[in-house]
Amino acid sequence: MTSQSTPLDVAAIRRDFPILDRELEPGTPLVYLDSGATAQRPRQVIEAEVAFLERDNAAVKRGSHRLAEAATDAYEGARERIAAFIGAPSPDEVVFTKNATEALNLVAHSLGSGNQAVPDALRVGAGDEILVTEMEHHANLVPWQELARRTGATLRWIPLGEDFHLDLSELDALLNARTKVLAISHQSNVLGTINPIRELTEKAHAVGALVVLDACQSVPHMPFDVAELGVDFAAFSGHKMLGPTGIGVLWGRYELLAAMPPFLTGGSMIEVVTMEGSTYAEPPARFEAGTPMVSQAVGLASACDYLDALGMERIQAHEQALTARAIGGLQELPGVRIIGPGAGADRFGAVAFDLAGRHPHDVGQVLDSRGIEVRVGHHCAWPLHRRYGVHGTTRATFSVYTTEEEVDALIAGMQTVLEFFARFD
Amino acid sequence: MDLTSLYTDIVFEHDKRPLHAGLREPFTAEVHHVNPTCGDEITLRLHLDTAGTQPRVEDISYDAAGCAMSRASASIMADLLIGRSVEEAAATAAHMEQVMHARGREAGDEDVIGDGVALVGAAKFPNRVKCVLMSWKAYQAALLEARTLGLAGGAA
Repeated sequence: MTSQSTPLDVAAIRRDFPILDRELEPGTPLVYLDSGATAQRPRQVIEAEVAFLERDNAAVKRGSHRLAEAATDAYEGARERIAAFIGAPSPDEVVFTKNATEALNLVAHSLGSGNQAVPDALRVGAGDEILVTEMEHHANLVPWQELARRTGATLRWIPLGEDFHLDLSELDALLNARTKVLAISHQSNVLGTINPIRELTEKAHAVGALVVLDACQSVPHMPFDVAELGVDFAAFSGHKMLGPTGIGVLWGRYELLAAMPPFLTGGSMIEVVTMEGSTYAEPPARFEAGTPMVSQAVGLASACDYLDALGMERIQAHEQALTARAIGGLQELPGVRIIGPGAGADRFGAVAFDLAGRHPHDVGQVLDSRGIEVRVGHHCAWPLHRRYGVHGTTRATFSVYTTEEEVDALIAGMQTVLEFFARFD
Repeated sequence: MDLTSLYTDIVFEHDKRPLHAGLREPFTAEVHHVNPTCGDEITLRLHLDTAGTQPRVEDISYDAAGCAMSRASASIMADLLIGRSVEEAAATAAHMEQVMHARGREAGDEDVIGDGVALVGAAKFPNRVKCVLMSWKAYQAALLEARTLGLAGGAA
């Protein structure tokens, strides 16, 4: 493997991504700056899925014919690969879900089961508190709002400060003996802010609270190790890390998963079923009701191989350099305000900005006319936008295949935006 | 891609100087609509004149936050519908919706939707169709609200 300090060979990487050669119309090449919403997939991931479907496809963990065995091996092999990728002590701690949203809902629903047989630490009820943050993606906010509503628990949140970081000045009051869960994102999908997860986890554990980490924006972009972070659960999605859609991951400490009631129920997750009632399988099967997404798991394992071959530290350095370049260029433009911290080690490559007097939809439309694909709107983080007094932002996000030229195209594209709208002023 | 078919001078004129903007009294019904994908919002008040045989749109006032297309559309909608009978307004709204859902295959009848023809460029962009139609849907919802409250007069 190449040393972690060698820069990525982006030109070689781009040859693995067929879609990047696409033109939106003749003469308008694709400048894809929306990898934070969904990343493109390399040929290797696409081919791994195709190879599975052409050779080993069968229903997993049911039937005893050889093809079913081969499919099951592929599925469980993918679980092992993903466990290794995130530093999980055991593949049994890796639960496959439809996406990260389902993974977070799984935890929120299981903690709200109301089942008195479940240990108190894994049971949220009236009088308990759930702590989230003002920067959360709706996927790590709404399930907790609903859990609070169902159980009578109180939802509290860590506010955002003017510096685009969490305001931890009232943390000791917010995180207290009543707090059962701290649900927090590792890195903001809008601001790019990296949260101090290890420090917050220590404090949460000191008051007996569980920590649920939304790792959607960190797993694809930096070395990620659940043991090192110390959290109790982590959720992330396949399609943001060069893998397929239709698959997400919930990692959880085995002893917690083993004490938790199921979320979805049905086939595959049972131990014994009678007409009167059922008992449930051990994790992870307990949380994987129904026929799972097998080819997607194979594709996701292949994405882990691809990312590891490049090296997560090199990927992080590559994206940090792009982030600094983007922020440097954008903040020179009149009327542009970066909604997020300045370039540095405490942020990653989600670069969201506001253009004074112009709605992000209009900004995005002009950029799109030049083939520059960015995300516009509230990026599923409406409260965050409200906090900073903007209806929405324009957001560029990067991946392993993003080039400096593409960042420069964004900055030049913003010049076009300014000129285009100036004609009407 | 030709942006000028989307961002016409008429769109910008309405975006910069929206007609009938602001919330006014009196009003028969008020609604609040959002576009959940982008967070755009409109509060719309409809005031009906029910003195005659045909209920008539006496006033439409609104407070809209959104992109140029959605703001221009609210301005054009209010200007078109104020003064019309509810029945005429329904025909105008129906034509607007039909044109916006035609993916750019229909130019729109200027005699019916006036400056609304300047919004037709958005019909080629399914995402932007919602921006344009938000204010129109808000009008229809306000009318429904007035009817539900029994305040729409006539046979409505």
